[in-house]
Amino acid sequence: MTDMSDIAAPEALEEASFLRDTLRTFSRNRMAMIGLIFVVTLVLAAAFAPWISPHDPYRVALDEQLLPASTTYWLGTDNFGRDVLTRILYGARISLVVGIVPSLISLAIGTVLGILSGYLGGRTDFVVMRLADMMIAFPSLLLAMVVMYTLGANLLNIFFALALVGWASVARVVRAQTLALREKEFIEAARANGTSRSRIMFGHIFPNVIPTLIVLFSLSIPEAIMWESSLSFLGVGVQPPEASWGLLVAKGKEYMFQAPAVAIAPGVAILLTVMAFNFIGDGLRDALDPSMKD
Amino acid sequence: MADYDPILSVRNLRTEFSGGRGDVRVLDDVSFDVGRGKIIGLVGESGSGKSMTALSLMGLVPKPQGRVNAGSILLDGTEISKLDAAGMRRIRGRDIAMVFQEPMTSLNPVRRVWEQVGEPLAIHKGLGRSAIRKRVLEMFEMVGIPEPQTRLDAYPHQLSGGLRQRAMIAMGLICEPKLLIADEPTTALDVTTQAQILRLMRDLRDRVGTSIILITHDLGIIAEMCDEVNVMYAGQMVEQANVFDLFENPSHPYTRGLLASIPRATEARVARRMPSIPGMVPNLAKLPPGCRFAPRCRDAMPTCQRPPDLETVGTGHVARCWLHAGQTALQSEATR
Repeated sequence: MTDMSDIAAPEALEEASFLRDTLRTFSRNRMAMIGLIFVVTLVLAAAFAPWISPHDPYRVALDEQLLPASTTYWLGTDNFGRDVLTRILYGARISLVVGIVPSLISLAIGTVLGILSGYLGGRTDFVVMRLADMMIAFPSLLLAMVVMYTLGANLLNIFFALALVGWASVARVVRAQTLALREKEFIEAARANGTSRSRIMFGHIFPNVIPTLIVLFSLSIPEAIMWESSLSFLGVGVQPPEASWGLLVAKGKEYMFQAPAVAIAPGVAILLTVMAFNFIGDGLRDALDPSMKD
Repeated sequence: MADYDPILSVRNLRTEFSGGRGDVRVLDDVSFDVGRGKIIGLVGESGSGKSMTALSLMGLVPKPQGRVNAGSILLDGTEISKLDAAGMRRIRGRDIAMVFQEPMTSLNPVRRVWEQVGEPLAIHKGLGRSAIRKRVLEMFEMVGIPEPQTRLDAYPHQLSGGLRQRAMIAMGLICEPKLLIADEPTTALDVTTQAQILRLMRDLRDRVGTSIILITHDLGIIAEMCDEVNVMYAGQMVEQANVFDLFENPSHPYTRGLLASIPRATEARVARRMPSIPGMVPNLAKLPPGCRFAPRCRDAMPTCQRPPDLETVGTGHVARCWLHAGQTALQSEATR
């Protein structure tokens, strides 16, 4: 006896790939695609900055201070006669690295602690969540500044400060999701198979959290870029002559009236990049949500 | 009786939950056997303790509120109710496996089917990926999954409910367990698929000799599938018999009520309403003092204010009801 419901057409099987569905939904989202193109262009431009720009970002030319935009200097020069556009391209390197690395660190810490907290519950949950509460209740900018002041302003400490500030919200989201997942029947089924707790947490729950993590990642990159900008603007982040966008804005603000582009151009770069990442994040969230699929 | 050697022997199992207002006994003095290669049924309404019995056997009673407080569970002669968490983990999936009610949600949506079905092999036998894959393919063929080769790499949402339940059964049987517990395995499936899954389980029992505990509220399934039947009510066994005796001579009023509630096509024109048992399963925190079924029982009598014992009705047939209390008990009641 054949049962029609049991025999799904095999071609339907291959079409229904999760990844392909996700990519299709994502590519239909115009804003997300614009964001993606912007970010890819930016990454390439930052990576190949020395070949793209004819100028040296560190060369001081006191006879070419605060020049307006021209065909040689597309966005003009700053107070040391350095090309603003070139400084922005080189600044993108630091800003992007600062966006990505601390996000990855806080994501890793937050995921592990969130899953442990949500699945094990009890005392583990209490300790982790009270720590997270403390991190969230404490003014994060102040905390990051304190870390930078005491440890010194360099890139490694920026990573540390931002990860310290960022893991708590990740842990909360992951914990909430773990709490929902642990009641699912497939977790019960895994338990009924004799699956160990660690295998359930990292073999069964973790893969289900990945879509959330991707979205969190894409949303925490712009946040980290903003954080770095704030810290650099306040003078405890990246130090001159290195360039990061926040630092460029900070240094440029003194010449706001003579040469507004020096401060505004990197500010616009921050704005556009943050927006682009946010669009990507929104697009990913919609694309990874099965209920949004047709 | 000397050669009677059940695969599972449960005695005086008691499972309790502690809540806001004290302890609730969800299983009270539950005893039953599962013969080798037999399918035994566990029937009752929702809340009667069927699933809790299964969870207690598996050591999966939700902690810390719930715990198994008394009784013994002998699996193939080994006491398993006193095992610690790690010991129980070694038994689950290897010696006792479970098939759940909802095939749609019993598989992890983001993992490929073969990885999940083969996971018990990785856990209990330490097999490598290619060996597991090969074995899963064999199991898929055994449980009648069409085009098993192409299904291996499928994700759960790409399979129909019937296929998923077949995959779940394959997962349950992959380590050749001594006992398979099927908790309402067909409730979520449509009728034709239901019949196929039940036939598959019976075939597998005949071919592999797995003993099965079948939990259901459907007496039709019991009649079709089971050798022995245990009727549960409010956390207690109320009637135990082999399947023919139970349907021929239902002795507990609750069992009779259940049997009367099966809709029959021939009566459709005569009966205006489907017969049902009045009332609801009592709240386990506020049980009646005597027989737990007495408030809903049409045969209730004054004696029912005292808790009845399991009384022998026939060979291997017992019922927890005063109607069947031994002559002596009735007499002593009369002289009082």
